[in-house]
Amino acid sequence: MDERNKVDRGKPRDRDNVRQRDALSRRQFLKVAGAGAVGIAVAGSGLAVVTAAARAADKPGPTGGDHLHPADATTSTRLRRWAMVIDLRSCDGCQSQGTPPQCTTACIQGHFAPEPIEWIQIYEHELPGGGTQFIPTPCQQCQNPPCVNVCPVGATWSTPEGVVLIDADRCIGCRMCMAACPYDRRFFTWTDPPKPPEAAFAQYHPERNFPLRKGVTSKCVFCPDLARAGRLPYCAQGCPNQAIYYGDLEEDLATNGKDVVALSKFLSENQTYRLKEDLGTKPRVFYIPGHGQAVGRDPFKHGRKPTEWPWMKNLEGAKTWTRSG
Amino acid sequence: MDTLRISDYRKRLEERALHPLLHTSKGYYLLVGFLLLVIGWGAFAYSNQLRQGLIVTGMRDRISWGLYITMFVFFIGISHAGTLISAILRVTKAGWRTPITRMAEFITVVALMVGGLMPMIDLGRPDRIQNLVLFGRWQSPLLWDVFAITTYLTGSIIYLYLPLIPDFALCRDRIAGKVSPLKRMFYRVLSLGWRDTPAQKKYLAIAMGMMAILIIPVAVSVHTVVSWIFAMTLREPWNNPMFGAYFVAGAIFSGMATLILLMAILRKVYHLHDYIKDQHFLNLGYMLAGFTLIMGYFNASEYITSGYKMAGEAPFHFNQMFNGPLAPMYWFYAIGGLVVPGLIMLIPITRTVTGVLVAAVLVNIAMFLERYFIVVGGLRVPLMAYPPSSYAPSWVEWSVMAGAFAGFSLIITVFVKVFPLLAVWEVAEHYEEERIKVPRKETEPEPALEPVPAARREVSRPRALRPEFGHNPGGDHGGAA
Ligand code: SF4
Ligand code: SF4
Repeated sequence: MDERNKVDRGKPRDRDNVRQRDALSRRQFLKVAGAGAVGIAVAGSGLAVVTAAARAADKPGPTGGDHLHPADATTSTRLRRWAMVIDLRSCDGCQSQGTPPQCTTACIQGHFAPEPIEWIQIYEHELPGGGTQFIPTPCQQCQNPPCVNVCPVGATWSTPEGVVLIDADRCIGCRMCMAACPYDRRFFTWTDPPKPPEAAFAQYHPERNFPLRKGVTSKCVFCPDLARAGRLPYCAQGCPNQAIYYGDLEEDLATNGKDVVALSKFLSENQTYRLKEDLGTKPRVFYIPGHGQAVGRDPFKHGRKPTEWPWMKNLEGAKTWTRSG
Repeated sequence: MDTLRISDYRKRLEERALHPLLHTSKGYYLLVGFLLLVIGWGAFAYSNQLRQGLIVTGMRDRISWGLYITMFVFFIGISHAGTLISAILRVTKAGWRTPITRMAEFITVVALMVGGLMPMIDLGRPDRIQNLVLFGRWQSPLLWDVFAITTYLTGSIIYLYLPLIPDFALCRDRIAGKVSPLKRMFYRVLSLGWRDTPAQKKYLAIAMGMMAILIIPVAVSVHTVVSWIFAMTLREPWNNPMFGAYFVAGAIFSGMATLILLMAILRKVYHLHDYIKDQHFLNLGYMLAGFTLIMGYFNASEYITSGYKMAGEAPFHFNQMFNGPLAPMYWFYAIGGLVVPGLIMLIPITRTVTGVLVAAVLVNIAMFLERYFIVVGGLRVPLMAYPPSSYAPSWVEWSVMAGAFAGFSLIITVFVKVFPLLAVWEVAEHYEEERIKVPRKETEPEPALEPVPAARREVSRPRALRPEFGHNPGGDHGGAA
């Protein structure tokens, strides 16, 4: 079943871009980290194997077929199957710190996402009894992705690693996928989006979502390029409570930057669930039920700080829009 | 019996039908000028959208489709006026149809052209529309629409064109001297050397018979796949296996209403009372009333089955439809669009041409609102824990909408000047046939110029498409010219 949406996009353009993208993504990452926008330590140990794979990919070697990713260029035929586990027991919507949700901020800063884009968004969901829980919601990386199914031009597709990407150079902006996504996870650039000066030097790549284009959709890309370079996605890096685990189902490992877990065991032992499981979209994002109790949150303490787009402070008067009319 | 001789009847018919092609009033130019102005305004609004992006519309991430997609569904819907209605009447050999088929087919072609434009206007990147061809994925409902609509448009043009061939020949022979050389050439080329020979008639009849049957499944498929743009998603009111049938019924419903309006306008402007009779309006009115029941049935099925269970987002949807922000539209649709038109046809005193016209206006408005609340209502149901969004079209969307309606009217207005409004030869054939039948019905005197008996008399007497029936007793058709 999972195979049916995988569109092999081994076109020359994509392959050529891979190296440049890697170089750029690192440069960009350093820039962001250096600027202190996200001064978060990166997990080392858990992704050591991942790092090794990424290093292997940097060496010239046999290309593993038509695949898009350098990780496939190793002699191994195994594919990454990226997955995320969000431990809601540790998520307090950053209430205790009194800041906007830091995962969202880190994502926004890392990708220069303009207002009102929150590729990972914190929904406050009501619990029976009147309390609430916070649910950080990235794109669920569905394995039966309704958005991919309906796209008329193949501008959104599943990579062999199970990540759903969007090619902003191909998308025609019909918004069919936005109607189809049951998680409200796709964002449209209703006009030319505000861009940082860095955009002038960056080359676009679907795995990086930057720079954004006018009149197309965008969403969380699961940061597989960071993962291949041995880093956690921005959101996982940003979370002060280490609530976000990221890893590889194939290798059966995941980490939140502090602990390394055996993914299958972790998923099973914690009664993880997926959002709207009954829809059959088979997300790659799993949740451990909770309301921030591990970091001492009182479920009856409502509300969180509204999201901010710090990098946009330098762009006075940039044209933005709102998510709901 | 002082009925008109067939040849006289035919002469008058030709005069009436060709009259608009030769005479153009000042009012006509005023109308065209006005329509062009509105279209220009719509184009100006759209140029704004091209420059700045869809930010100039009222749509946003949560309600990401609005008036444009509503218009798309609406126009594709009224396109069913034509081909489907005329084909069904042709296949069932309803003789009364002959004076109205041409207009119905016009509506189809024009509505498809305008409707097909709407999703393109809605695109965020119209500059990449070629990607639909370069990278088209057949798995996407949007691509099904592209296929279905282009097929339907092609089929409808052929279906409009076939019965026009003898009429083009008529224009070529009758009015060639009175029109510009360009128009003369136009008629000559398009009449394809039609000479009214028995062989030509035979092939035309075969072709038309085939098209009439082929076009019906195409028309049904078109509105089915339009509905599948919505039904292929996982959203509460759209995720509904009944949607295809519901949309097809709605399409025919609004198509008939539009046909009634157009008939009324053209009959008034071009004095076609001899051909488009009150009975035509009443017949279509009855069909309209029948469809109010079908639509009501669909609505009842939907709301009762999902309202009984109230699963998932159904409570929210019910609330927004019945007493939330969409309620005024919903109730106008339910009462003004279904109950009142049904009653108008039920009560004898309102069962008049005026009554039918009122019903048709109501149905058109109601169906537009229905398309709107289907599109917007479906997107308004929150998917996650966020407050429901709102949508109001911006001036750009309103202007584009005005431009679209003006474009629709303009193309029809121009068509009227180029193509004969009535299918002259079909109407004449039908009249001839009726006249031939008359001697057998001594007891029932047929008044002059009454070529249109009720459909039920027709049923037992198949007509027209039989090729051998083309012997042209009037003998004055210009085939030999
Ligand atoms: S908006 Fe873009 S990505 Fe989404 S369905 Fe349309 S073409 Fe595909
Ligand atoms: S969450 Fe939405 S955007 Fe992400 S893969 Fe699933 S359907 Fe597509």
